Amino acid sequence: MDEAVALLGRYGDDAALYAGGTELLLAMKEGLLRYGNLVNIKTVSGSDRLGYDTSTGELHIGPAVAHRALELSPEVAARFPLIARAESTVANVRVRNVGTLCGNLCFAEPHSDPATFLLLYNASAEVQGPAGTRTIPVEELAVGPYETCLEEGEILTSVSVPQFAPDMMSAYQKFGYHQRPTIGLGVAIRLENDSVAEARIAVGSVGPKAVRIPEAEELFLGKTVPDVLSSGTSVLDEAGKMAAEAAQPMDDLHGAADYKEHLVRVFLERVFAEAVGAAPTAQRSAA
Amino acid sequence: MSINQQSATIRIELTVNGREVSLEIQPNLMLLDLLRDRLSLKGAKRSCDLQVCGACTILVDGKAVSSCTYLAYEARGADVLTIEGLADGNTLHPMQQAFIDNGAFQCGFCTPGMILAAKSLLDETARPSEEKVKEYMEGNICRCTGYRKILEAILDAAGRSGGAPVRG
Repeated sequence: MDEAVALLGRYGDDAALYAGGTELLLAMKEGLLRYGNLVNIKTVSGSDRLGYDTSTGELHIGPAVAHRALELSPEVAARFPLIARAESTVANVRVRNVGTLCGNLCFAEPHSDPATFLLLYNASAEVQGPAGTRTIPVEELAVGPYETCLEEGEILTSVSVPQFAPDMMSAYQKFGYHQRPTIGLGVAIRLENDSVAEARIAVGSVGPKAVRIPEAEELFLGKTVPDVLSSGTSVLDEAGKMAAEAAQPMDDLHGAADYKEHLVRVFLERVFAEAVGAAPTAQRSAA
Repeated sequence: MSINQQSATIRIELTVNGREVSLEIQPNLMLLDLLRDRLSLKGAKRSCDLQVCGACTILVDGKAVSSCTYLAYEARGADVLTIEGLADGNTLHPMQQAFIDNGAFQCGFCTPGMILAAKSLLDETARPSEEKVKEYMEGNICRCTGYRKILEAILDAAGRSGGAPVRG
């Protein structure tokens, strides 16, 4: 890894870090990016390591771990079922065989499943660069479309994902008619005495980057599942509005911003219902 | 389509359809171009060139990849299978035979990719459910929309290798 950092330093703007290449090579073929050198992270020993640390309860995803490895890992399926399921729907099987989760995060394409569902877990990113190593929340990695907070010569060396508490209920859904999702939305809920004690909501693909919505999460606290889902409630409407605002929907080829605001509200209800195991709610009209 | 600057060539060795080949290539050469232009294997097709449609699907060490956006260099030392190498002499692979028996083509452009993707599915899961076949094959597009027959052919092939009975 030291050598990879040194190579990036040596070639500067004329080099890019390369893992699966499913995004990078596309952009290079189109002439959108030009590099004289690709530094192949896959040749770094241990870069394809995918391991669960029983002492910390964290999953460690190396920089060359392909989506398909996460989809097919029995360990991930057993301890992080949401990740295994969501990874099985990323792009198509050919892209999943080659493309990596870390590469996906570093490319910071706004329409990304991993960038969204990892936020539910409060996942963190380990970074190594010329100035040493640092750890940052995955939520802070992307700063906007195709832009990360990584400094010159820094490499995302691992993503660490803490396991949910055993009683956390969670779901992630996406929707769209393109290869990439138009919206991805995840919910994780923990109940104590039938009331919501912890709520996490992540929304991605609709705006410049995936975000958690703490102000909407707070609205769920203390509510029971029927409180939230019963008709006439304002929790979903209010939370949906907050989430739609915080996600900063953008007009793009996937649709207009107001259409995406509508999707956020609709999917917040659907995903919440799936997480808590409630019967699918009647699809209500937009709030 | 190759990418960006030209630089010194590199030599790679790989196995294509059981035959060892050694080639001098530009480092930015895509595997699809190597197969079609250097080895005259025209089974893998260029269509979307974006890894979306599956027409260029080939197997690298048994894994389905989009050869249009896969550096030829990455296939160094690998075992590459294209549609031309699937039959055993004059005996078609069971998946090829199932496509013929079920009339699972119209124009045929997507067929090499469909057959190789389906083969990789059955290599991984011998008896996939209809749902699993649909999920796995989602990324291979048939512009003639002949999906029903393709699905039947794959389930038929799975049945022949001891899988679930054919439906449809």
